[in-house]
Amino acid sequence: MNQRNPAISKGIDWSLVGIYLLLVAIGLTAIFAATYKEGDPVLQSFLRFKTDYSKQFFFFLIGGGIALFILLTDSKFFAATANLGYAFGIFMLMLVFPFHSNVKGTESIIKLGAFNFQPAEFCKIFVALALAKYLSRPETDFTKTKSQFLAAAIALFPAAITILQSETGLALVYFSFFLVMYREGLPSIILLIGFAVAALIVATIVIEPNILALVLTSIAALVIYALRRQIKRNRGLLFMILLIWALCVGVQRFAVPYIFKNVLQKHQVERIYDLFGKDNPYEQVKEGIKAEDLKKKKESGTSYNVRQSKIAIGSGRFFGKGLLNATQTRYDFVPEQRTDFIFCTVGEGFGFTGSMVLLSLYLILLFRIVTIAERQRSTFSRCYAYGVAAVFFFHIAINIAMTIGLAPVIGIPLPFISYGGTSLLTFTIMLFILIRLDADRQMVLR
Amino acid sequence: MPVFNQSRSRIIRLIFLLVFLVIAGQLFYLQVVSGKFRQMADDNAILKKTIYPPRGIVFDRYRKAIVNNTLTHDLMVTPAQLKGIDTLFLCRLLEIDTAEFRTRVITGIIKNSSQKPSIFEASLSPQKYARIQENLWRFQKAFYVQERPIRSYPFEAGANIFGYLGEVDTNYLKKHDDEGYVSGDYAGMTGLEASYEKALMGERGVQYLIKDNFSRIQGSYEGGAMDMEAVAGSNLYTSLDIELQELGEKLMTNKVGSIVAIDPRTGGIIAMVSSPTYNPGYLTGPERRRHFNELYRDARLPLLNRAVNASYAPGSTFKTLQALVGLAEGVINTRTTFSCGGAFYGCGSAKPMGCLDPGTYYLSSGITHSCNTYFANVMQRVINNPKYPSIDSSLRAWNNYMSAFGLGHRLGVDVPSERKGMIPTPEFFNKQYGSGKWGFCTFRSVSIGQGEVTATPIQVANEMAYIANKGWYYIPHVVDSIEGGDKFGLLEKYREKIRPINLADSIFEVVHQGMLGVMESGTGRGSRVEGINICGKTGTVENYYRGVKQPNHSFFAAFAPRENPRIAIMCVVENSGRFGGTYAAPIVSLMIQQYINDSIDNRWKPRMESIIKTNLIPKMMVDKMRQQDSIRKAKEEEKGLKTELKNISDTLQTEDNLSEAEARVSMKKDGKPAKDTSKQKPSPKDMILPDSSKKKMAMGRDTAKTDINQ
Repeated sequence: MNQRNPAISKGIDWSLVGIYLLLVAIGLTAIFAATYKEGDPVLQSFLRFKTDYSKQFFFFLIGGGIALFILLTDSKFFAATANLGYAFGIFMLMLVFPFHSNVKGTESIIKLGAFNFQPAEFCKIFVALALAKYLSRPETDFTKTKSQFLAAAIALFPAAITILQSETGLALVYFSFFLVMYREGLPSIILLIGFAVAALIVATIVIEPNILALVLTSIAALVIYALRRQIKRNRGLLFMILLIWALCVGVQRFAVPYIFKNVLQKHQVERIYDLFGKDNPYEQVKEGIKAEDLKKKKESGTSYNVRQSKIAIGSGRFFGKGLLNATQTRYDFVPEQRTDFIFCTVGEGFGFTGSMVLLSLYLILLFRIVTIAERQRSTFSRCYAYGVAAVFFFHIAINIAMTIGLAPVIGIPLPFISYGGTSLLTFTIMLFILIRLDADRQMVLR
Repeated sequence: MPVFNQSRSRIIRLIFLLVFLVIAGQLFYLQVVSGKFRQMADDNAILKKTIYPPRGIVFDRYRKAIVNNTLTHDLMVTPAQLKGIDTLFLCRLLEIDTAEFRTRVITGIIKNSSQKPSIFEASLSPQKYARIQENLWRFQKAFYVQERPIRSYPFEAGANIFGYLGEVDTNYLKKHDDEGYVSGDYAGMTGLEASYEKALMGERGVQYLIKDNFSRIQGSYEGGAMDMEAVAGSNLYTSLDIELQELGEKLMTNKVGSIVAIDPRTGGIIAMVSSPTYNPGYLTGPERRRHFNELYRDARLPLLNRAVNASYAPGSTFKTLQALVGLAEGVINTRTTFSCGGAFYGCGSAKPMGCLDPGTYYLSSGITHSCNTYFANVMQRVINNPKYPSIDSSLRAWNNYMSAFGLGHRLGVDVPSERKGMIPTPEFFNKQYGSGKWGFCTFRSVSIGQGEVTATPIQVANEMAYIANKGWYYIPHVVDSIEGGDKFGLLEKYREKIRPINLADSIFEVVHQGMLGVMESGTGRGSRVEGINICGKTGTVENYYRGVKQPNHSFFAAFAPRENPRIAIMCVVENSGRFGGTYAAPIVSLMIQQYINDSIDNRWKPRMESIIKTNLIPKMMVDKMRQQDSIRKAKEEEKGLKTELKNISDTLQTEDNLSEAEARVSMKKDGKPAKDTSKQKPSPKDMILPDSSKKKMAMGRDTAKTDINQ
């Protein structure tokens, strides 16, 4: 292939590359705005890679090198090494347990010299490839429940490990691979059940437990009444309804409290409750904590981040304050605003217009990836493309939603914009593998 | 290739689109619909800093600065930066112990959070400032020295005139709602500082600064485009003669009373002594709070400005005015004589008023020898004048004269808290005795300035100016002009010559003649000054405190020189006993000499020294002070014992940083023997709240009032 088409530019989707460059440029600007202080010697610090924006630029250059390397690689390589890569990814994740360094309360980072390295980020690439590989196997019949379970296991195994490293946010990303499976024929009912469970959990948080139990019981009774004729004919149906009712009440009365108390960490539960404007009910059980203390704690905690972030974005108004006049983001009112809360800088500096431009860019990117996915002849390429789209979508939606108070604060970066070498490189590699595969879209890969 | 799933790509796109639309909707709400976030962001990030201009400087009549500004240095601490600072060394420099150090740091954290600087020690004394300055590099980051302008007084005099600055309280803020004060500001509370506050404070500037999440300043907002420059306070030019003021205060050492001197030609106040007084510098600088409490509690009421805020029966000095009324009403003329056979018997069986020198007197010699009988007769004629249909109308007429002389109402002096004094009205007696049940004999002592008549020292001095000018005066005032013009109309009323009634010059000539006689051959002859024709009048004022007769007040009022009056002056020495000529007259003579000759006659110097040395503090006050002292002493002994105990426990400790000091305190709490000393760390007595002490002050003032009025 390479011999026949010596020019690597052949078949490359330039629109993706263009959007990529645009996004990275916006990201660099935003990081510059968030960290630049008046009087900093811009050029000098830029060249020395001392500041965050110059470090990010450095990673961008490395990313460019890697992208070039990927474009030079035979596209068969990715399909061929997918399983090996998956094994390698899991191995890396495991390495974290003995070698992690304690940066900011997370246990998912390995220190490599001057750089922090987060395997949980990188692992997404391998999972996307491995899942694509599994789904594209000729012997895989995805209509079978067994293969559906296997696919889910491939996607969720790294998530389980990541949760053990107290990085729930990164773990949640792996759930986005269900989108790929859905495209490949996962029954809609599973997604529906997923939504139903999510709705039940939200209801558990929002509605008082006894009332919710009552509501669920009355719904069950109503359904039984409505279906009384069918039930007469088929006793199993009644059994099913009762089973679903018992499950729902069980989830609501026992499973959710159990998870909130024992599985999730306190700050995560708080974030979830903050989102709905409620106090964490599992904390008040503790003795000796007064309501005032709780309130104070709340003000200084997560809800502080979200409130400040909302203030920053909201104060941008329609046209924004201009990049360097953005008082909230420039003077550190929003914590973590170079990384997870970088969207605030855009929102404050460029206002609603700027936010819409960025949002549209992302939407174009996602739609373009879906279009590309659908034009692949190879299932592997299509599945991989959907994997990329799903991961990007999850990151973009959750990240922006959490800065504007629509999603709980989970620390996941905004693709190509957030500061952070690992995340920039991960997203770059993911995108360029896609571009490479797309360049060979006429080929059928296995 | 499962083609049947292709439709799902559309669903996936739909999901993407829907989620993005929800996000866009929320962004639209936050950024476009809801307007509150811009305000919240500004509150977050913009600091409106007030720039305080220097207060106006006050000059005396010779353009000497008498109230100036100086810088004091506050030691500021940022508690968050305290790590690694040699606390023990700092404590040694500031002469405090580690417990005190800890208390101050914690107070700072409570007030301003640990990220922001708070005052660690306000107004460092020069020695401490020098010590700190030398060693500041050791404490850098956590500590720095900040400059703050405060008042300074090049001459240690005039405290009661200048008044003092105080932190504004909620009441003040309510009263001066739109004048730009915020809590924590200082404003003039008394004296000139209060009455010329508007001119002195200048115009505050505003600086908009950007702060970060810890309220650390990051620079100016929008390049300072919205900032407003501060305008310095206007300087005040006064008519005071600071050296004369100093002399007056020196003469009044260990005496209670006041001296007021006015330039009759302008109404400008030359000196206004209220004694006992205090060093004006006491109420600025490092020990302000302690000094203030001391002054508040002092039984002699040094914070009371007696020159305007105390009223006395004017005694015989009042006779000059009675003479004017008698002549103006035509009930006597210059040749009218009355005889004194030892007392005034005009009221029959009522207790006769005694007379010093029996004999027959003309008007001027009546003044010269202060003949009670003469002026009792004069007033009797005025009150019983058949010209008036009733005693109500004749007393009303008499009252109008007194009002024209500036008595019975506030003059409007520019030193606040002036009293009205009292001139009896028909209504007053009607209320007291019932209509028709009183007559001249009821209030006959008023004719010689006793009984129901009272006047403040400034009123008495002003009446001298009135007599000296032969029938007019300017409202007495301290400030002559304000630099940059009188923008607030504060001086307008002092520009108007007050001549309420027209009296012939000849009437005044007779009174002048009599007053000149006082110095030549009358009751004030002992205080004659060679080369200056002083017209004076003595007064010996009987007074009672809760019905008990107290030693007489010594009064003297005068103007000089007779031919071209340049100074109208009065002096009162409370409860000095003896006569007006004994204490008040020589003090006035010394003041007049100093003012007119710019020096004191050598023959007068020994007398001056002896006056300065004379202690005439009333026995009542001395008793009260002694009582307070013994209470304080007992308290101090108690305190001393406790500090000693604490010192013992301090020497047991050698740790020098905060965390260890902390550990120590907790140890103290557990350990029984040290328990009570740790409790006694701050002495609450030094931190008495102004409110409670104000109450005390008010109580003290009440007793003073009864003291003085009776």
